[in-house]
Amino acid sequence: MTDLARRSFLRTGAATGGGLLLSLTLPLTGGAQAAGDGPFAPNAFVRIGEDGRIVLVMPYVEMGQGTYTAIPMLIAEELEVTLNQVRLEHAPPDEKLYGNPLVAGVQATGGSTAIMASWQPLRQAGAIARTLLIAAAAKRWNVAPEACRAQAGEVLHPATGRSLKYGALAADAAKLPVPKEVALKDPKDFKIIGTPAKRLDAPAKVDGSAVYGIDARPPGVKIATLAQSPVFGGRVKSLDDAAAKAVKGVRQIVRLDDAVAVVADHMGAAKKGLAALKIDWDDGPHAKLTTDQIARELEQATLAAGAVAETIGDTAKALASAATKVEATYQLPFLAHAALEPMNCTVHVRKDGCDVWVGTQVAARAQAAAAKVAGLPLDKVVLHQHLIGGGFGRRLEIDGVTRATEIARHVDGPVKVVWTREEDIQHDMYRPYWFDRLQAGLDEKGRPVAWNHRFAGSSIIARWLPPGFNKGLDPDSVDGAIHLPYGLPNMHVEYLRVEPPGIPTAFWRSVGPSHNVFVVESFMDELAATAKQDPVAYRLALLEKSPRAKAVLELAAAKAGWGQALPQGVGRGVSVQHVFGSYLAQVAEVEVAKNGSVRVRRVVAAVDCGIVVNPDTVKAQIESATNFGITAALYGEITVKDGRVEQSNFDTYQMLRLDEAPSIEVHIVKSSQAPGGMGEPGTSAIVPAVANAIFAATGKRLRRMPVDPAQLKRGDGR
Amino acid sequence: MAFNVKINGKQHSVDVDEDTPLLWVLRDVLGLTGTKFGCGMALCGACTVHVDGVATRSCVTPVNALQGSEVTTIEAVGKTVAGARVQKAWLDHEVVQCGYCQSGQIMSAAALLASTPKPTDADIDGAMSGNVCRCGTYGRIREAIKQAAQSGSKGG
Repeated sequence: MTDLARRSFLRTGAATGGGLLLSLTLPLTGGAQAAGDGPFAPNAFVRIGEDGRIVLVMPYVEMGQGTYTAIPMLIAEELEVTLNQVRLEHAPPDEKLYGNPLVAGVQATGGSTAIMASWQPLRQAGAIARTLLIAAAAKRWNVAPEACRAQAGEVLHPATGRSLKYGALAADAAKLPVPKEVALKDPKDFKIIGTPAKRLDAPAKVDGSAVYGIDARPPGVKIATLAQSPVFGGRVKSLDDAAAKAVKGVRQIVRLDDAVAVVADHMGAAKKGLAALKIDWDDGPHAKLTTDQIARELEQATLAAGAVAETIGDTAKALASAATKVEATYQLPFLAHAALEPMNCTVHVRKDGCDVWVGTQVAARAQAAAAKVAGLPLDKVVLHQHLIGGGFGRRLEIDGVTRATEIARHVDGPVKVVWTREEDIQHDMYRPYWFDRLQAGLDEKGRPVAWNHRFAGSSIIARWLPPGFNKGLDPDSVDGAIHLPYGLPNMHVEYLRVEPPGIPTAFWRSVGPSHNVFVVESFMDELAATAKQDPVAYRLALLEKSPRAKAVLELAAAKAGWGQALPQGVGRGVSVQHVFGSYLAQVAEVEVAKNGSVRVRRVVAAVDCGIVVNPDTVKAQIESATNFGITAALYGEITVKDGRVEQSNFDTYQMLRLDEAPSIEVHIVKSSQAPGGMGEPGTSAIVPAVANAIFAATGKRLRRMPVDPAQLKRGDGR
Repeated sequence: MAFNVKINGKQHSVDVDEDTPLLWVLRDVLGLTGTKFGCGMALCGACTVHVDGVATRSCVTPVNALQGSEVTTIEAVGKTVAGARVQKAWLDHEVVQCGYCQSGQIMSAAALLASTPKPTDADIDGAMSGNVCRCGTYGRIREAIKQAAQSGSKGG
């Protein structure tokens, strides 16, 4: 970022209430004004002012996953500062400085990549800064740098007892040439990494002062809400806005080609105005679309061959000579993200510039989207990043920024566009629907000798990152279906990209694995049942070449009391996976009532995610992802009728609630391997564990989600 | 017309329609953005405030129903004994993740403890099941409420 851009970023940040600068300022660092812009900025992540302020710039946005604690831990470990000495700042849009190396350089927070991507470079960023500060002190004292060391924001010269704070060295350090790389600490010397450090964003999130995108209030802001064509691809045919305009507080109606927005003094008036609009829609080509139609198309597609994602041995031959054959089809529904902060974006379009206030997982793309709609060069668009009230992949998309800017172009002054919950759910971009066919062959001892898996569904990567889609394949669609931890002698996996008409698809917590791990781990359970073997023992026998997977499975089973007797109607189910760079096994204990309703009572997880940066965050993310997956397993389904999404709010798109949430135990396997991702694995692992537990409890195999209690009813159902 | 509402001990006069939900008066008219919008139908609890000490969904509470009432929001709940204990317990247990629902969770929990100083698990279920947490922090919420109740019984 240029100095000018940075100053402008800071200034506008302060003018609008400080945003993060205010909300995340730690008490020990004093004032709340934007500052800390010092002379010493050896890289894009560390700035130290002569006033002693240490500012760390966060390349990945905080949306609950704890990145605003874990990333500072990486930097602080090498910079030799304590976490209560640092101030955090959101990174501005700049792919050159903040592009994610694991997402093709896109400035993206997603795919559980932040720690994997940051592990080396952000420790380097801290170490380089510390090396320069030591060099500056050594020069001033005329001693060798090796005779000095850094500690808690100071450089010390133990031989003479002298010390200088980083702030006093900042100006000198800034004049020194910046090394490309310096030696990093030996992990045995870590003081911060590996400790359950407290979340830096927590204090502001318990007293209401944390500022999310929806809380942006630039001076003079108006509030807008909108109705978009209820059928994707439809248009506004006619509009009668007389009654809406008469609502007190309504200022303006903005009619777009496929949406209408009501601009008002407050959301209450905007919603009232929206309800008073009479809109006649032209539903367009998808007016009759149904979910069944989409499912049938996918099913049909899997009758033909797809792109080969992985092939080992000769699966056809092994199937032909197998002692037993098992076949099944599986399907998974569309899902909405339903982050609790509804979609929103605040935009101020002027002739010569544009400001955007939003929480986004793709800051640079969001900036570019606003620039495109506003017809302005990139450098005229200032993006103010915010905390996100739940991302789950929804904010990897820029449709909300585009829509808000389209509306803001017609409004004089800043306008905050807030989606109602109904608009948020009915105009989401959905976790894809998938249809799978599987065949397996078992030998006379029940061991799998052939595994054949073919599936069809949308490729999100093909749209989101087109170069990532090659020869009919993309890495996400097949993640969790190939490179299984299991040793299978003959295995063949094919994928068919089939885009549903009229339903936009997008990433969703765990995306590809949320589908593939469900199918693989459910089918593996079917094989164990066919072989009349214990599901854990059956898997362990296939994991000889994957010791980390074997270890987490053994640990989870032991901690869960696998094999111990359970009352009638209660069952345990298991899953194990290696996705997002981490190994995770889960055991779910599920109770199925006579009326078929399902309660997940207890979940035991064992994880090997390599070196752990913050063990409490690892636990928190597994707890979170597990409950997210249980919500999907028990309730998650978006259906389409007459081209319209049928669900609209939390009454028809249910969330797991506190009285239904299981106890969750997380056991971490100590590891010296490089860190893996933790934001998503729990979601993909839990769904098959729950389905397998339901099988154990009832003997009924669930080959589609969500759970249908009617299917599980027994006896008189009471 | 103008309505008088007393929020966090201060009288405000707001000129909005009588059926305007309190949520928008707080967030958009008065700039108290700690109270969150989640559903608009009292289905998620993100907008929970206290009206005369009772946990209330502000998204369905019209402003004209508040004449003579005292409204407390997340910005001021820390000044109440139960609110301060709940906030501390939330920090001790590292409850928050995205944090968006937590204002509402804390308001519901503080109202529970104010009326039921030693809640059972069933009391906690009853008071907290109207609050959705999409990050699934439920286990920690339960533990934090128990700690806050414990600290209350110790007189702390």
